[in-house]
Amino acid sequence: MPEPVVIIGAGQAGVQTAFSLRDMDYSGEITLLNGENFLPYQRPPLSKSYLKNSVTDSSLIFRNEQLYESKQIEIMQASTAIKINRQTKSVSLTTGEELPYGKLVIATGARNRILPFDGGELKNVFQLRGLEDAKRLRLELQKKPKIAVIGGGFIGLEFASIAKELGAQVTIVEAASRVMARAVCPTLSDYVQKVHLARGIEILLAQKIVAINSSSDFATDLQMHDGSKLPCELVLVSVGIIPNSELAEAAGLTVSNGIQVDATLHTSDPDIFAIGDCACFPSDFSGRNIRLESVQNAVDQAKTVAENICGTSTEYGSIPWFWSDQSDLKIQIAGLTSNADTTVVSGDPATGKFSVCCFTNNRFVGVESINHPADHMAARRLLAAGRKITVQDISHPGATLKSLAKS
Amino acid sequence: MVKVTYISTDGTETDMDVAEGTSLMQAAVSSGLDGVIGECGGSAMCATCHVYVDASFLEKLPAIDDMEEEMLECTSSDRRPTSRLSCQIESNSDIDGIRVTFPETQV
Ligand SMILES: Cc1cc2nc3c(=O)[nH]c(=O)nc-3n(C[C@H](O)[C@H](O)[C@H](O)COP(=O)(O)OP(=O)(O)OC[C@H]3O[C@@H](n4cnc5c(N)ncnc54)[C@H](O)[C@@H]3O)c2cc1C
Ligand code: FES
Repeated sequence: MPEPVVIIGAGQAGVQTAFSLRDMDYSGEITLLNGENFLPYQRPPLSKSYLKNSVTDSSLIFRNEQLYESKQIEIMQASTAIKINRQTKSVSLTTGEELPYGKLVIATGARNRILPFDGGELKNVFQLRGLEDAKRLRLELQKKPKIAVIGGGFIGLEFASIAKELGAQVTIVEAASRVMARAVCPTLSDYVQKVHLARGIEILLAQKIVAINSSSDFATDLQMHDGSKLPCELVLVSVGIIPNSELAEAAGLTVSNGIQVDATLHTSDPDIFAIGDCACFPSDFSGRNIRLESVQNAVDQAKTVAENICGTSTEYGSIPWFWSDQSDLKIQIAGLTSNADTTVVSGDPATGKFSVCCFTNNRFVGVESINHPADHMAARRLLAAGRKITVQDISHPGATLKSLAKS
Repeated sequence: MVKVTYISTDGTETDMDVAEGTSLMQAAVSSGLDGVIGECGGSAMCATCHVYVDASFLEKLPAIDDMEEEMLECTSSDRRPTSRLSCQIESNSDIDGIRVTFPETQV
């Protein structure tokens, strides 16, 4: 009989691991610990369509309850793991229960970073990570409040877009000198910023907030480092995430910017894997250890781990891709582009549809596309095939990513 | 509830009652049908929910927008005149009885 598998965390990565194992005919017991009390659901719509009331809770769900049953995946709802006992190969739960494992998969995801000053507990200060958060925000948005979004990353911008669409007045405060600075190149930041500004969203760059001022449990305004104040009725704090690696760390596993794994996604214990938002892995693609926060990464790492539990020795090497939906801006990123030193625009930004091809040390590292899925898919094909596109190739008159992918 | 028939490449038919407002991708994935993947969860961003729609229902579907059009150019199996992204088809009474066929591959 194959060993029992326990998966901590029933998010994108954990659920995919369980179902991939069954797809690969794994016949051992599979237990999925769901720290939340809903059937596992997808997060991306929470900062997008869900906020507009256009999506029901049930359509967020990955798999129906019956499917867990028929695939014999035991899902334990509202069950949080509190300790990994590596000597006895078991996991302790808050209920006092101890679950034995043969192989353990840590897929605990991440939590939102909090601000280094008070205010997070105020009644009109919100975060956005789970369904509960999105439900509350959706309700608040109906009041069309005056909103301050702290942090101009993907989630902040997505939320701001919807809030604006729903009639709220929105100001984004970003500490860096451009939006999405951690993930995309300046060309894309500038373009996206302009579109949001034109739609009436206010964006304050290189602005540091030093305090949230409040009155009787409600935030009233944000205090900036230059002394100015930004009045607000609702605050969204979206300043990045922190990997949930404490369980692993307490169990003595190597942790550094997330749970450290090797190319086959094993932690420093051969019976324990870590995947998804919580895992830091050696990326062949970028040549360094990285942690990615994306659906693609969670899903593909889950599939690799399932293969490895089934007995192969598969290294993780998928091409990263990501998307963000900001009203009428569909942003798609293939590869890893944040460290690009050279960029070439393909297409005409004036048409609202173009791509930015990114190079690092003359190496083609990825493409950021605006409203141009055909370019995105072509870029993914080029990257997957390991094609060494050059700046000259893409700068050639008439050259497109599609034509290059076909050549 | 709207009746939807999913047809796999080997001809197996699965009838499903799909709640109004649910996309045909969501209904298939959440019940474990293998023919579609739906990686992006229905944002028309991944093209892994490609289906061929029974021709008699094509006109009852909302028009293909620019994004879907481009995604359909990039499907892993051949694009045909009946190709659609199943995440962009919401179940409603107009399409009761619709039949969709899964392509050979999605990635
Ligand atoms: C609002 C929002 C929008 C997003 N939009 C996009 C997007 O457009 N495109 C994209 O590619 N990505 C997007 N992402 C990122 C994507 O959702 C994540 O990268 C992905 O969910 C990571 O999967 P995961 O399984 O690692 O973590 P998660 O999906 O976060 O799942 C981790 C689970 O583990 C549980 N858990 C933690 N500790 C324990 C414990 N001790 N015991 C039991 N359970 C535990 C948590 O409660 C959680 O349910 C978005 C994320 C958010 C929050
Ligand atoms: S689910 Fe991704 S395009 Fe339809």
